[in-house]
Amino acid sequence: MNVSAAAASANDVGRGAATMSSGQTVVSARGLSLVFDTNDGPVNALADIDLDVGKGEFVSFIGPSGCGKTTFLRVIADLEKPTAGTISVNGMTPQQAREKRAYGYVFQAAGLFPWRTIERNVTLPLEIMGYSRAERAERLHRTLELVNLTGFEKKFPWQLSGGMQQRASIARALAFDADLLLMDEPFGALDEIVRDHLNSQLLELWARTTKTICFVTHSIPEAVYLSTKIVVMSPRPGRVTDVIQSTLPKERPLDIRETPEFLEIAHRVRDGLRAGHSYED
Amino acid sequence: MRHLAWQSVLALVLCLAGAAMLPLADAVSALPFTVGQTAAVELLLLASVFVSVSGINPLGGAIFLFLAVHIAAFTLVGGIAGNEGGARLSFFLLLAAAWLLAWRLNVLISGLKAGSRGARNFQRLIVPTLFGVWILILWEGITRGAGVPFVLLPPPTSIAVRFANSLPILGADLVQTVFKAVVAGYVIGCGAGFIVAILADRVPFLRKGMLPIGNVVSALPIIGIAPIMVMWFGFDWPSKAAVVVVMTFFPMLVNTVAGLAASGHMERDLMRTYASNYWQTLFKLRLPAAAPFIFNALKINSTLALIGAIVAEFFGTPIVGMGFRISTEVGRMNIDMVWAEIAVAAIAGSIFYGVVALVERAVTFWHPSVRGG
Repeated sequence: MNVSAAAASANDVGRGAATMSSGQTVVSARGLSLVFDTNDGPVNALADIDLDVGKGEFVSFIGPSGCGKTTFLRVIADLEKPTAGTISVNGMTPQQAREKRAYGYVFQAAGLFPWRTIERNVTLPLEIMGYSRAERAERLHRTLELVNLTGFEKKFPWQLSGGMQQRASIARALAFDADLLLMDEPFGALDEIVRDHLNSQLLELWARTTKTICFVTHSIPEAVYLSTKIVVMSPRPGRVTDVIQSTLPKERPLDIRETPEFLEIAHRVRDGLRAGHSYED
Repeated sequence: MRHLAWQSVLALVLCLAGAAMLPLADAVSALPFTVGQTAAVELLLLASVFVSVSGINPLGGAIFLFLAVHIAAFTLVGGIAGNEGGARLSFFLLLAAAWLLAWRLNVLISGLKAGSRGARNFQRLIVPTLFGVWILILWEGITRGAGVPFVLLPPPTSIAVRFANSLPILGADLVQTVFKAVVAGYVIGCGAGFIVAILADRVPFLRKGMLPIGNVVSALPIIGIAPIMVMWFGFDWPSKAAVVVVMTFFPMLVNTVAGLAASGHMERDLMRTYASNYWQTLFKLRLPAAAPFIFNALKINSTLALIGAIVAEFFGTPIVGMGFRISTEVGRMNIDMVWAEIAVAAIAGSIFYGVVALVERAVTFWHPSVRGG
């Protein structure tokens, strides 16, 4: 309907933005390391990471459990402090960026507050950031429409399905219009069918809003389908083994996943994952 | 015939045995049961046995059973009044038969398929009500029938008469103990526990230094400080309120601290990504998440407060108050008055607890234990 029409036209905008701003860097890490002090001794979560994320990119971080992909996202979000190296977010330190509300973060679980309706969950960040009532209502309307949840404002989270809850949590991250969206395996707990659906909706949303997205996953098809850039990581210590620039077009119907081009990228990701493992086991 | 319920069969046996051992009672002072009354009780019970096993129209059967069993029971219990201690075995056998049939009646009512919402609510209410009423009927029948000494256990009707005749005294005691000591102590104790919990959460020194001491103090038998409180705050209700404050403070403190730790890491990280400050996180995330714990403390404290205030009055008080009345009336062998005070305490405590529980349901409607899943 008109949603898909809007998405098609917005796609052009997205493409334009991505090419136009390929020079700007949103996240820049140099020699970044993080060592956790645990009871079993120090654990190298991240070791010597060099990475740039450009404006408008959709970057996936993929790797086995314990490779530090979530930790890296948390460092960007200033939820963890690196022990060595530098990282900048929008040219600021992560802490400054967090205090400027430069990013929206979507967690593995929806994490909606059960005592708040969907409406009040989505407007929670706006309340904290001191938006006016009228502004909150306007943004609520806009973001719920973006994630196709219009009409569920008065429901409580526990009255919705898992997929709808996760969409509401994405709406919550979008509500304050940060240019950077950090997503930590947001669809990991959902079944394959819902996941496919949300993946295509996410692409559509990315095209419409021209945000920069950092997306953690351990699904190869998901990473290849969504990303303009795939960062392959390996564990103990967590490091980057490969950075793959996707050659897929911006417009990606779900059946693009059966094209040879798609399979070739997926193959390269799988090789990268295997290489990361080979001198480990 | 449908299957024979064991209650019905046993009731039939008891009815027949009771009939074989008539009369029901020896005359002590008043006229014992007439032949007509005795025959009516036997017939009503036998008819009830027949109805309960015949399985005719369940609703009609239940109504008949209800009427027959209770008329029989009230005839029995009413007839024995004035002949305390005169009951013979036959009386108890028939009372037991009536009780078994009432049990059977409750089983039948539980099994009825209620059509409307109102009927379902009625069904949910009538089963425990019948259960409670039968405790009173048996209590009445046994204490009067066997002539249990009044100071050991007065029959419920005597307690009810005493209750009805002493309403002004009971009311004054209720105001003194509940509306003054309990309410003041509860509000101050719970409020202080809550505020100190927030302070302990905010100030690490308090959390580390105070909570272990709090745990030790909460394990002490706090009621032992009642005489000291009387020395400090005088004989009137403030000393009782002080005991209630001390009793309710620590459950609230410990539960609130646990509740403040109950919100998940993810939710707190989320608030951090919004650069939310301490108070915003407290009011929008941590206190709502702590609400089930806080209400738990409020419920525990509602009963603790009543116990504390009543027992504290045993240690010195003006001549009014529930604890004062219990301790003096028991010394004057007015056990029915003691029971009347206990009934007042039970009613006040239930209402207090019920109100807190209702508020809890309204506030923590989102919690799985309330919304059911």
